[in-house]
Parts: sequence; C-alpha cells; structure tokens
Amino acid sequence: MSTHEIENLPIAKALNAAMDDALAADPTVLMMGEDIGTLGGVFRVTQGLKETYGADRVMDTPLGEAGIVGTAIGLAMRGYRPVCEIQFDGFVYPSFNQITSQLAKIHFRSDGRISLPVVIRIPYGGNIGSIEHHSESPEALFAHTAGLRVMTPSNAQDAYSMLREAIASSDPVIFLEPKRRYWLKGEVDRSASTTDTQRAQVVREGQDLTLAAYGALVPVALAAAEAAQEDGRSVEVVDLRSISPLDVATVEASVSRTGRLVVTHEAPTFGGMGGELAAEIGTRCFYRLEAPVIRVGGYHMPYPVAAVEEDYLPNIDRLLEAIDRSLSH
Amino acid sequence: MAEQPETQHPGAGAGRLRRVSILGEDGRRGSDPDFDAYLEDVTLEDLKASYRSMLTVRRFDDEVTALQRQGKLALWAPARGQEAAQVGAALAMLPQDQVFPSYREHALAYERGVDLKEMLSVFRGYSGGGWDPTAHNFHLYTFVLAAQIPQAVGYAMGQRLDARLGLGQDPAEGSEPPATIVCFGDGSSTQGEAHESMVFAASYDAPVLFFVQNNQWAISVPFSTQSRLPLAERAAGYGFEGIRVDGNDLLAVRAVTAYALEKIRRGEGPVLIEAETYRLGAHTTADDPTKYRTREEEDGWAAKDPLVRLERHLRAEEVEDAFFEAASEAAQEYGREVRDAVLAMEPPEFAEYFDTVYAEANTLVEQDRAWFQQYEAGFDDAAQEDPR
Repeated sequence: MSTHEIENLPIAKALNAAMDDALAADPTVLMMGEDIGTLGGVFRVTQGLKETYGADRVMDTPLGEAGIVGTAIGLAMRGYRPVCEIQFDGFVYPSFNQITSQLAKIHFRSDGRISLPVVIRIPYGGNIGSIEHHSESPEALFAHTAGLRVMTPSNAQDAYSMLREAIASSDPVIFLEPKRRYWLKGEVDRSASTTDTQRAQVVREGQDLTLAAYGALVPVALAAAEAAQEDGRSVEVVDLRSISPLDVATVEASVSRTGRLVVTHEAPTFGGMGGELAAEIGTRCFYRLEAPVIRVGGYHMPYPVAAVEEDYLPNIDRLLEAIDRSLSH
Repeated sequence: MAEQPETQHPGAGAGRLRRVSILGEDGRRGSDPDFDAYLEDVTLEDLKASYRSMLTVRRFDDEVTALQRQGKLALWAPARGQEAAQVGAALAMLPQDQVFPSYREHALAYERGVDLKEMLSVFRGYSGGGWDPTAHNFHLYTFVLAAQIPQAVGYAMGQRLDARLGLGQDPAEGSEPPATIVCFGDGSSTQGEAHESMVFAASYDAPVLFFVQNNQWAISVPFSTQSRLPLAERAAGYGFEGIRVDGNDLLAVRAVTAYALEKIRRGEGPVLIEAETYRLGAHTTADDPTKYRTREEEDGWAAKDPLVRLERHLRAEEVEDAFFEAASEAAQEYGREVRDAVLAMEPPEFAEYFDTVYAEANTLVEQDRAWFQQYEAGFDDAAQEDPR
C-alpha cells in the first residue's frame, strides 16, 4: 500500500509501515527473527505483519542469531530478500561470523555472481535504562567490513525511506535503529523518494561550526545547536544517515563554510566513526579548518550500568563544551 | 591401533545405530534388507563410470599435490580416501539439487560438472571462488568451517517456500522437488553453527541432507575429541533420522543417500548421514600427519581404500582389463591437462577487484578506485617522461 497522505508516525510505526509496504510490493521479501511474529517484536516494530502476511513470510525463528543470519544468506541465494531482526545490539555477536566472513564477502568471492540482498535490523544505542548488552553501538565494527552497507535513521521519514531503500538494495545492509527514539514522532510521506539516503543531510543550517551526528544523537545535536544559538553561536547540524559509505562530501561542503567540526556518537571514541570523519575532513579541509576536529563519543569502556549511563553518553552539555573548545581556537 | 574395523566411539554402547555396509573390503557385494532397494536402478555401467570418476580425481589430487610441492599452488587439501563417499552421494543426486560443499569435496565437484581446473585458480591465489556456483548448483568452497551449513539450511527453506508461496521456477512435469545437500566434516560438527543449523532445519522441515564425512581427524585432533558418539546419533536429538554408513563403500553410500533424498523430497524434513571414512593424505600440503597418527593406523585404512575396493568389485563382476587400462590412461591424460592448465593460468588484474565489493555503485569503493587509478597513471606519466 502506498499513499500520498502525510502521516504523523513514531519511528517504530514508520519502520513497520516500510516493512508492510515492502512485503506487499514484493512476494520475495521475508521477515525473520526472534519474537517478531506473534509478539510483534520486543519493541512491537513488526506488530501485525505476521497476521497480514502469514508465518511463512514473517518467521518467528528459533533463538540463534548465527542461524538467523546464516539461513537468511541461503534464502537470499535462493532468490528471497530476507529482513532479519537482531533483538538487541549486544546480541549481534553470535552472528558476527556469518555477517563479516560470509554475508559481506560472498558477492566478492563469487566474482559478483551471487548478490545477497539481506537486511539486518538492529535496535541499537543506550539511554533506555536497561541491563548490560542492551545499549551498545557496534556500527564501527560493521563499517570496517567492506561489502556491507551500514545506515541509521534519526527521524520517522528517514526510518521509512531508508528501510525501503535497504530492502530494495542488492547489497547487504546493517540497519541500525536508534531504539531510544522509537517513539519519536514525525511526518511520513510513504510516497517520498528513497534515492538519496546514501547522502548525509543538513538538518539545521549555521555558519560558525559544523556538528555531525547520526541516529539517536541527532535530536541531541539539534538541541545543543539551539542552546548555542542563545549564546549567539550559529551551529550547522549534519545528520550523516549513511555510516558506510560515509558521505564525507556533504560534511566537507559544510566545514568549508564553517571551518570547524565537532562529531559525536554514542560508540566509544577510539576507533569510532568520528575518527574516520576527522581524518577525512583533516585531509580535505586542511587549509580551511580553524580548529582541530573534536570528537565527542563514549569512553573507552564497555557500556556501563544504567545508573551511570548519563555520564557515559554524549549529551547537550558535552556538545556545548566541545563547541566552546572548537570556537576558542 | 593396527586394526580399526570401524570408528571407535568411547561412549557408544551396544545396540546403537548400526553402520550400513554393502560392499565388503574384498569387493564382494553383500546385502542390506533396508537399503538394497535403493540400488536396484544402479547398473554396472554406473559403477564403471563411478570408478572412472574416482580414479580421475585421485590422479588429479596427486598431480595437484605435486604442483603445490613445486610452488605452483599456495596450498592443497587432498581428498584422497574420501572418493567413494563423495561419488556415492553424487550418484543419488538430481541436477536440480543444490550442493553446499566444505572445502575437500573435489570428487563431488567433479561429479556435479565443476571444472576442477577452475577450482585450482583458488588454490593458486588467482580467484576467490573459482567456478560459477550458479552453473552447477554447486556452491563455492567455504573455508570458515561450518559457516556453509546454516546457509544450506536457508537455501533449503527457500526451496520449500517456493512451493508454499508459489514462487520460483515451475518444476518440469513429473520432475522431483529439489533438495539441498550440505557437506561438512567431523571437526565442523562441533561448531555452534552446525547445531543451530539442525535446529532450524528441523523447525522448518527443510529439505536438506546433512552429509558428514567423518574422516577421523580434524587436522591433528582425533574424532574422539569431537564426539563421544557417532555423529549420526546426534540427529535423533534434533528429531530427525541419522544414518551411519561405511563411507568407503560406494554402494552403501549411494543407497543411503538415495533413501535419504527420497524421504527429504517427500517433505519429511532433514536427514543426517555420517559417512565413516579416512583422510589417507595430509589435511593440507602444510600438514604433517606423522606428528599425530601412527603408520599402523594409516596402513589399516589404506587396506580399506575405496578405489581398490571398487576395483575388486568390478573385477569380480568380470569387467575386463581393457576397461581399467583405458580408465588409467584417461586419468593420466586428465592429470596432464590439469598441469598444463595451472601453468597457463593468467593472474587477475588488481583493479578488477573494485568491481565486485558491492553489487551496486558505492561511493567509498569509487573513491578508492579513483585513487588507485590515479596512482597507477602516475607510473604511466613517468614512463612517458623517461622512456628508459
């Protein structure tokens, strides 16, 4: 079903609508994962899909992540387009072998003869007050693996459009869903074009500094930019959206105007996407930078317990401090 | 350990799964009341063809091992000793069946129509996959042990879904529904993915045959470290049938595979076959079996050589010398072809590898490609400026 109506949907419902429309449009699209059918997923993102499309196409799988991704690869070889749900970020590792040594490489090692249109949806990130392994941000692990695309939406429209694009892609996609924003509402046009979601998007214009973020931290970055505005600082916010490939060109264009970049993510700073962006911008904008690129990420520790996660996560204050530091140069 | 009549299973008690055996070590054909019926359509010509295949692949294996020793290949994993298990299973398969090999299924690849010379491009370091996996319904080798097993189960789930959803190609009138066969070894059976695969296969009634070649050694680690029980007995724990078979007995392997595939095609879910065999050679050309197994053990299994056994049978069936001479000459000729083909291989161009990282255009790959081309072009400019 496709409609030109503009709906006001939370991200979870926008994702549900994307899967619903993909299932309706293409009989080879399948959903598979733990508790996604009868229960509708632990976050209810797949609610109602099994009732509409049946247990053959919306599969409550046995509890085994390697089995889910491994069988999805085989289904894709047979001509299906499986969309797997990994229940939580911290549970993806049992399937890490299938994702990195198999899913990412089979197109390459088959000399392009086998395409694997597999989507792996992973609710990720923290600030939901949960127990360990439920709040992690593993995007750099997948971004470092050639053969995978990695993307993460920050709003309802992108959630819909990017998931449609991921399902339509002939390449495997790690689709990271910012779980603390599942109930963040936004306008969704289900007929909207899905062609440019590999591009980063300027979501707030500004002149003094560029602030790059993705996923759950985009609203935090926007709030920090708003707060900075009160001090007379004009901050441009870029939502990266695609983690791999990373749209450096859009950030480069922004930094070419502002001369300053702060990049933030929940994942640990060391070895994270911020370092990659800093290196690229350092190379491309060397003579236009007014200050070193500053990264604001998680600390180099396993994700901490919920009682102290506010101290771990980048927040408005940490972003404002980084903005101050950059502008002091 | 001078004599090993069959695999030693420390935990196995009397009355456990029997091992199906039809062709004796002396080549004499015995009988099995449960499985004789699955040999009724096998002709002497079929057996002669199987012998030719086994001999050809044996010769291939020897030639390739020599090529590796001469530095023409990076590595080789010989299949020597496991030919009957593979050719016997292949005899029961249909063209529409999909095979997921491990990495030592050279005889099965040959039977499925894969050009073994293409396979060697992998071991020469000239190709990632070697052959076209879609052309022969024979997937690429998988070197991450057991990773192919859930993929095979997924493929089989897809075969079943095709019928349930009315998708895929319409099968030709009267044709049998397709099945999937996945190969792995005693070592791989320990991997978690093997376990998950069997759970998934059972839950979805996947039309998949788990074809385990238990060759007794996972490089240097004996089977007793992988399992207390015959692997076939694990199947019962997942709720499907397991069958033990003498893997050096072409007829028995053919019979149990035909039985299993018939059952699978009826929609009765997966079956596991454990073909008990022996890796007569090294794990790979980088291995030294003298460090972990005895000469006596090797000699004991050499006496069970599946090729010798089949030859004895054919001679007992009064197949004439001329056949064996012709088969031997053909195998020698194949060995020469293989050698010539390996030596004639052209290495690939690095730049080609940017093409297949992704199926769709990818800005990161294009950026790297552009940089590489620019870097390469710099040498061209230098050459033009300095023609020396």
